[in-house]
Amino acid sequence: MIMSTTTFPPTPAQAPPSPPGGNAIKISVRAKPRSPDASRSGIWVGIFAITMSFAAFTSALFVRQGSGDWTHLAVPPLLYVNTVVLLISSFTLEISHRTIARGLEVEASALRSSLRWLSVTLALGLTFVAGQYLAWRKLAAQGLYLATNPNSSFFYVFTGMHGLHVLGGIAALAYLIGRLTGSRSAFRLSTFDATAIYWHFMGGLWLYLLLLIRTRL
Amino acid sequence: MAEASVQQAHVHAPPEGFIRKNVFSLDHKVIGKQYYGLALLAVFTGMALSWLMRFHLVWPNAKIFGLELLSKNGAPGGVITPEYYLSLLTMHGTLMVFFVLTNAPFAGFGNYFLPIQIGAEDMAFPRFNMMSFWVTFVAFLVLFTAFFIPDGPPTSGWTAYAPLSAVGSDAGPGLGWGQNLWAISISLFCIGQLLGSLNFISTTLDLRAKGMTLMRMPICTWAWFITSCIGLLAFAVLLPACLLLILDRMAGTSFFIPAGLVLSDRLQNHAGGSPLLWQHLFWFFGHPEVYIAILPAMGIVSHVLITSMRKPLLSAKVIIYSMMSIGFLSWMVWGHHMFVSGMNPFSSLLFSFPTLTITIPATIMTLIWLGSLYGANIRITAASLFALGFISMFVSGGVSGFFLAQPSIDIYLHATYFVVGHFHMVMGVAAIFGILSGTYFWFPKMSGRMMNETLGKLHFWITFIGTYCIFMPFHYLGIVGNVRRYSSFVNDYMAPLIPLHKFITVAALITGAAQFIFLYNLIHSRFRGKPAPENPWDGTSLEWTIPSPPPWNNFGGKHPVVYHDSYQYGVKGSKGDYVMQDSPEQIVTG
Repeated sequence: MIMSTTTFPPTPAQAPPSPPGGNAIKISVRAKPRSPDASRSGIWVGIFAITMSFAAFTSALFVRQGSGDWTHLAVPPLLYVNTVVLLISSFTLEISHRTIARGLEVEASALRSSLRWLSVTLALGLTFVAGQYLAWRKLAAQGLYLATNPNSSFFYVFTGMHGLHVLGGIAALAYLIGRLTGSRSAFRLSTFDATAIYWHFMGGLWLYLLLLIRTRL
Repeated sequence: MAEASVQQAHVHAPPEGFIRKNVFSLDHKVIGKQYYGLALLAVFTGMALSWLMRFHLVWPNAKIFGLELLSKNGAPGGVITPEYYLSLLTMHGTLMVFFVLTNAPFAGFGNYFLPIQIGAEDMAFPRFNMMSFWVTFVAFLVLFTAFFIPDGPPTSGWTAYAPLSAVGSDAGPGLGWGQNLWAISISLFCIGQLLGSLNFISTTLDLRAKGMTLMRMPICTWAWFITSCIGLLAFAVLLPACLLLILDRMAGTSFFIPAGLVLSDRLQNHAGGSPLLWQHLFWFFGHPEVYIAILPAMGIVSHVLITSMRKPLLSAKVIIYSMMSIGFLSWMVWGHHMFVSGMNPFSSLLFSFPTLTITIPATIMTLIWLGSLYGANIRITAASLFALGFISMFVSGGVSGFFLAQPSIDIYLHATYFVVGHFHMVMGVAAIFGILSGTYFWFPKMSGRMMNETLGKLHFWITFIGTYCIFMPFHYLGIVGNVRRYSSFVNDYMAPLIPLHKFITVAALITGAAQFIFLYNLIHSRFRGKPAPENPWDGTSLEWTIPSPPPWNNFGGKHPVVYHDSYQYGVKGSKGDYVMQDSPEQIVTG
């Protein structure tokens, strides 16, 4: 049952009645066009801004590349492992998302399954960040620091800025897990939708950055 | 197990307690007023700095009482050093552009009125909104701290050109921690504005009341919406630029610093960086920033003018489309700030063309305002006077833009007072006139009390005439070759210009003093003003359908339904010559 004719705003009387069993979670699904739930558009706006920031970093790279001191940087192979981890985490998140997004009411078993996949995603996300940190350590062990040469500068800037954004996604995942396990929490599907979109975007952004690192640094 | 409740995204309970209500408030109206208050603090500080600069320019050896207490190195014995003059200039520009021209017309009025004008109870993300203001506030404090550190404020101007801004304290006073504070402050400011823009866009797209189609939104709502789209992209570029600048300064990288720089007899340990890169990144933000300042003012002025003229504009739609095209073109013109930077002359031509193209939508808007004024029986109020003053400033300042947009003329005029006069009139004072117009217009709604109209008109006339006295001569000074950023004039070809500079300084002191009439009016009216009715100016948009000041949830829990375009004036309605947007009555024209 999806509220397709929701009035604005849904008053408590119009909300679906509580399930008799009490072990299912209801999700408030806002139907378009009168949706007061802005997180879905908000996340796209945010993604637009992040894309713009990385476009600025990229153009800085192209300009800076013109100077005579451009060298070459051997990409730590660990980055590829991290890439696989991040891409898998997108799949696990999608499984979790689809499990819960099927209907308005979610059975306890589906909720548990969704939570499990969400936790796996969180763990993979943390693994990715830890892996990126290890890659930094490897570069540092070769004597390549932030200020060593322009290539290493850009490497740290790209991976660092992306890592910060991934940490934001990890915070969102942790928040979702908290909302789903909390005893009397209201849960909005749109928050999940937005988190999933953001997380997939982090994966896509990383692929782009890896390509840039691989071909330009 | 989690139990669900249907919860509304943007509704929050009425706040309790002083801190929740007035300090860390989620209410867009309180946040709007906080932005406005911060802008007020910044504008009076910035004005005081311009007084100091003008005073020093014409009386370079005069002691300024108490200035030594603020900076022992910058003003020994109360006399401003050339370096400290540059510090004052940098802080003036930074405060005015970021904390006044962005904060007041966009973040301030936008926060307060955008949700009301589209019939929403609050912004889409109230927590982001609160964060947006407090991050901006911290940015202000960080910048302000630069006055009190031994190093002093930075001297690199509000544009912080590299490598001067990137190399550190070897480059001179203010370029150590002063410049660090600047870069940190602007980075924080970007974060605040990004959060704000995100909120504006989502709110406009998702939270409009029933019947409020996009084209039924008032022109100022449109202006804030377009501005937030520009802001989202512009600040998303300035933030990375500032981060790279901070890395150059603090982590030893060389993004902007070229090889072989010797400063204070020390070879700088940097190589290969590109100073032009900073200019590109900065102006890619910097030119759209001009429209971030002026578009909301255009929106406010249109809104005020229509209400005062009691008739719609010749075409509100064309105004909106013009604002859109200005917003679009603003991304293609940043290079016109860099005609003398050593950029390829061919790219100068490429940047010159869209710059001249921008004059087309700007001229269309001006013609619509002027054409609509023809035959209008305008109600003269402080608000409408400032709106008319805006048009005057915008035209006078805009015309000099035609000259500067052409590389061949700009090479001669670049870095002279001509440029300073141009941007002060067209984006500085014009936007300030928009802010003042909005203040006189909306103050009754925001505070529940009327402002004093007589004082308001007095304020207008002194400010209007004073501004022309200050900035028109700037153009002349520029043409005869007076370079900007010089702290004093030696006895050379510029000596005959000193009497004119004295006139400008006196005009600046008088015009600045007139702003205290406004401040008095603002504070006095806030507490002693005549109580304001719900709709003092017979307006049609949604902000005039609710009490003054509005209750915490704007519409008292009701959900307005919109039946008409935003400006139904000159019609026969039940209340007079206008029909409110939320009135279901049929409109009889004629």
